Amino acid sequence: MQLQQMYQEIILDHYKNPHGRGLRDPYDAESHQVNPTCGDEVTLRVKLDGETVQDVSYDGQGCSISQASTSVLTDLVIGRSVGEAFKKFDAFVELMQSRGQLEPDEDVLEDGIAFAGVSKYPARVKCALLGWMAFKDAVARSEGAKA
Amino acid sequence: MTTTATPLDVVALREDFPILARTVREGKKLVYLDSGATSQRPTQVLDAERRFLETSNAAVHRGAHQLAEEATDAYESARARIAEFVGASLDELVFTKNATEGINLVAYAMGNAATSGPEAQRFLLGPGDEILITEMEHHANLVPWQQLCLRTGATLRWIDVTAEGRLDLSNLDELVTPRTKVVAFTHQSNVLGTINPVAELVAAARKVGALTVLDACQSVPHSKVDFRALGVDFAAFSGHKMLAPSGIGVLYGRRELLEALPPFLTGGSMIEMVHMDRSTFAPPPQRFEAGVPMTSQAIGLGAAVDYLTAVGMDRVAAHEHLLTEAALAGLGEIPGVRIIGPRSTVDRGGAVSFGVEGVHAHDAGQVLDSLGIAVRVGHHCAWPLHRKLGVQASIRASFYLYNDLDEVAALLDGVREAQRFFGVGPVPGQG
Repeated sequence: MQLQQMYQEIILDHYKNPHGRGLRDPYDAESHQVNPTCGDEVTLRVKLDGETVQDVSYDGQGCSISQASTSVLTDLVIGRSVGEAFKKFDAFVELMQSRGQLEPDEDVLEDGIAFAGVSKYPARVKCALLGWMAFKDAVARSEGAKA
Repeated sequence: MTTTATPLDVVALREDFPILARTVREGKKLVYLDSGATSQRPTQVLDAERRFLETSNAAVHRGAHQLAEEATDAYESARARIAEFVGASLDELVFTKNATEGINLVAYAMGNAATSGPEAQRFLLGPGDEILITEMEHHANLVPWQQLCLRTGATLRWIDVTAEGRLDLSNLDELVTPRTKVVAFTHQSNVLGTINPVAELVAAARKVGALTVLDACQSVPHSKVDFRALGVDFAAFSGHKMLAPSGIGVLYGRRELLEALPPFLTGGSMIEMVHMDRSTFAPPPQRFEAGVPMTSQAIGLGAAVDYLTAVGMDRVAAHEHLLTEAALAGLGEIPGVRIIGPRSTVDRGGAVSFGVEGVHAHDAGQVLDSLGIAVRVGHHCAWPLHRKLGVQASIRASFYLYNDLDEVAALLDGVREAQRFFGVGPVPGQG
């Protein structure tokens, strides 16, 4: 059934038991993103330690897809270099824009591969990318602040 | 509301709407409960557009050849029938792209009063003046007024919404003062279904000489509306919400006001005389229809009005009343469902918004979609209203003449399925 394809157990698990949730100090930059069609929002903070993503913390209100994908994001990027984090970012964005036509690489995206089914629903892709766009924006801001 | 009207034969009527026979999402019967966003079009409307394009298409109000004459006649005949449908006369009815454009037309034209002749000065706004709206407005009847305030220095004020989803008119006397120049409000809320007391608001506005602007998007498609009887100064609605094509809407304005109102969009066909350094403008409604207008769409709206008139607006309203009553009763019985808006059908139309505890509106909408049920999820272009009622996003089912009680039942089953899928339903045997 289509619904189970979209709402994989992994997604529902992250939704019910989110990882890394809650805004934390210290942080270098914060980004607030909204989805204007539904009002979903996320506030996300990034703390860099040199080239390493030391912490990502967030708070938000939204559907299971937006909340779970942000939870997965924190698993994937915390402790990685900024370069590695953006490789995962690119892979996740590519997967979400694939309309179900891409076989995701589990080595790169880990739990993120569960969102492959979501990419078949164009209206929900924005939900899945909400936290990721906040991450990209926050990193750009923190690097900008340091430059 | 007349409940003695002959019931609609929905089975026969649905034959006119081919799209309703299709399946979606792996063979599920389509249950279309999103007419508040846009309605489906009957073959009579599609045929009227096609017939026009195959026989008489030409640019209206210009050219003297036979096709131009036929096209102009068809366009103006549509205007006459639509005007009659809403209790207006021919020259009080301006074709626009949609209701959003109609409201913007009024707001921008008022903003042009400062640079127009003495007859336009009644529309002049400045610091100290106030525009009064309500907290339940669709963004289309909110943002244009915010922007007009920014351009003129006027102040925006609003009537609060109660927890039940009605206008709080307890302090209307304080809100409508000699400073009030415009009172803009919705006839029927696109979220709550609430039908507002037009007479009371018009009376208050008239007492201080303020203009009234009615958003009639959700009322004209669903019940008999007579703008002259309502006494409003301006009103706007969209064709696509009433069985007509998209890209056509209507702005109604009382004749003497349209005659004094400066233009908004300028260019071809709205002029009287053009010189290199100045121009004068045509009388309404042409003054407000710059450029070659949407023609087959206007003819489609004329055909939609014919269709609705043949069915009978009292029967449409009675039918939707029945569906709304069933939806409110059924949703009210499901534990964890919160109805947003009045729980009774008194002064209430057929938009039923609700939340399901523990299931985000988007997720509930996805479950409904997987069952073939099309509803709207989100804030339905009424973000401040959702914020006020403490809801981030809601699910809206909206009904029209082609819906039936089986579809209401499908909605209720779908809501229970969403609860089951996300594990928030009542525990079996305990609830």
